[in-house]
Amino acid sequence: MNAKDITFLEDTFKKFYFEHFELLHVPNDPNQREFGYQKFNGGMNRHISLKSDKELHLLLMQNKPSDVYCSNARYMFPSLPMSEKDWQNAELIFDIDAKDLRKEHPKNNTLIKCSDCNEISALGDSCPNCQSTKLSFTTLTCDDCIKSTKDEVLKLNKILVDDLGINEENIKIFFSGNEGFHIYVHKSEYESVGSRERAELSDYIMFRGGIPETFGFKKFNTNKSSLPKFDDVGWNGRLAKHLYGIKSNRSKISQEILSGGYALFQKKLEDFRDSIGIKIDPNVTQDIHRIFRLPGSINSKSGLTKIFVEDLKKFDPYIDACFIDDEEIEVAANCPIEFSLKKKKFGPFNNEQVSVPKFAAVYMMCKGIASSV
Amino acid sequence: MIAIFKLSWYTIVMVNLGNDEIVKYPFLAEAGKYLSDKGFSLDQFGTDPDLKKIVDNAFERIITSSEGRIFKSDPLSNNSALPLEIFSFLIAVILLKLSGMNTLIRRFSLAEARRAEKFLEKDLMNHQDATKTKLSLQILQELFSVTVEKIDEEFTISVSDYLKHSINFHEREWKLINRKVTNGKVHLTPHETVRLVRKELDRHIYTKINSSSTPEMIIGFETYVDKLKQLAKKFEVKTVESKEFPPCIKHAIDVLEKGENLPHSGRFLLATFLLNKGQTVEQIAPLFKNAPDYNPKVTIYQLNQLSGISGTTEYKSPSCEKVKGQNLCFPVPACDTIINPLQFGRKRV
Repeated sequence: MNAKDITFLEDTFKKFYFEHFELLHVPNDPNQREFGYQKFNGGMNRHISLKSDKELHLLLMQNKPSDVYCSNARYMFPSLPMSEKDWQNAELIFDIDAKDLRKEHPKNNTLIKCSDCNEISALGDSCPNCQSTKLSFTTLTCDDCIKSTKDEVLKLNKILVDDLGINEENIKIFFSGNEGFHIYVHKSEYESVGSRERAELSDYIMFRGGIPETFGFKKFNTNKSSLPKFDDVGWNGRLAKHLYGIKSNRSKISQEILSGGYALFQKKLEDFRDSIGIKIDPNVTQDIHRIFRLPGSINSKSGLTKIFVEDLKKFDPYIDACFIDDEEIEVAANCPIEFSLKKKKFGPFNNEQVSVPKFAAVYMMCKGIASSV
Repeated sequence: MIAIFKLSWYTIVMVNLGNDEIVKYPFLAEAGKYLSDKGFSLDQFGTDPDLKKIVDNAFERIITSSEGRIFKSDPLSNNSALPLEIFSFLIAVILLKLSGMNTLIRRFSLAEARRAEKFLEKDLMNHQDATKTKLSLQILQELFSVTVEKIDEEFTISVSDYLKHSINFHEREWKLINRKVTNGKVHLTPHETVRLVRKELDRHIYTKINSSSTPEMIIGFETYVDKLKQLAKKFEVKTVESKEFPPCIKHAIDVLEKGENLPHSGRFLLATFLLNKGQTVEQIAPLFKNAPDYNPKVTIYQLNQLSGISGTTEYKSPSCEKVKGQNLCFPVPACDTIINPLQFGRKRV
């Protein structure tokens, strides 16, 4: 990113923070949290201790960060190096991101950037300019992606409550600021568990590592009655619904499963990971020293804000998380596909100078497809 | 001599241990106190011919455990004024301490844990005597901080407690996904409940033996101790290692060489594996030069982080289980016996 764009984004973000201090708070136990921030084109500054909202707001004003973070972990000494922090516990956090849900890039919402010649173009297998296949993919606003991500959040929520016994009131959902959701679990028995235990929880939620015996299929002497039933609790019940669809199919389909044999059922269980497992990012859940984007702060990948979601069904990130103002700005835009923000459509822009509202300009600059003029 | 014999045994304060219980769970007894209460000193065991049987028995108990077997109980032997099994356990500990052979202490702890496990399981299921069930639940609670609830024939423990113990097992049946989980509780059979704490039971016994002080050599114990030292030599393991990389590492290198994108987890695996094998950051960095998003500065920075040069933690290569979960595992038969890619090609000789 060039210096002019950086100055523009820094000033825009700073203005947003100044006008929206009410969105930015330290957690209620700030003395135990580690904070961090990044500057545009800069490395990570972490191991920072903040004691109050005031100190946080001062940091935002003084450092003009591109991104701000706070640990889910509580430490005795959050500002010391990692090995000396003295980890106490950490909220359980799940990350569900649209990029982990899709099997292929959404055709109308994705653009490619060539790593060899920097050409930006609509989705394709190779660069139309130099035919290189070293490409990076950028997805712009995508309603279908958000819809499927929300569905996944709801499925996760149900498992957290029904299986893992988490009180629904303690589950808080945040839009990540780009194309996903962070699900925070507060005040649970899981706060004290370490990284390996959290990896196991991830495997459970993702339906990974299941063996046929768990679902009533033994190597020898298996009969239909031991296979999953609709009324079973946990994964057995969910698998039954997935396998049979409706109750009356159970007899026929369970006979087919038995005829297929143990090895085939094992293989099927692995395949079901993709269809019924919840697509969380396991690395996020099991990392107990991570710093997470601070709620209320802007995500520099998009210019949208990480924000608490009150009503998931009604929530539209492209309206509700877009806080930058609509002052008209001139930018040089190279955006070969259309995108939509605050109910307005933008693009395609073919390497041209255009006048757009600041929120759209910021969005494109954060995505690397526009520059200030 | 009793003064030297300060075994700092932990005792369950709340549980009233009768003779029956100490026979089953001798590691709960306060050894020094137990012996003196019974009117014995350690010296007597080396010299009194009537007590030789106990020392022989203790020695036998160690031999049995070294062979991976569980010492068989003989209930009748405990009814006398001289409860043989309790004494043989306590003397076995003294013999082990005098031998100083850690490998034997490890094997002994595990065998004793498995022995106690059998009794715990039986007590958990004891329908006639509710106090037995209560006692075993109390042992689980006080020794391992595991709160077990009994519901009909099933036992439940909280998911978080379950995970803290089950992560020590590598068998897939212990994965949470392979358990009945509902409303924050994991359902277990009595056998599984007890099996869950085997490692902790083993560690508990091992730690207690290790943390107890070693008495001076007791006259009459020398031959036993020498024999144990000889026995321990049998268990020394020497290994050789081949230079061949495991298939997951070969795959990661292959992907990078083709200039394809290797996910972050694959890069982490490759870098930590090579660092753990002793390669330097400078030797590893060029491997990543073909990656679509290659940036030499970032690569060096990240490798330095992983190696512990920049940070304070030296990262370890992830386990096979984790690699499998990341779809980066391409097993060959030689992978069957390992749980971490670093062990690939390591053979005992």
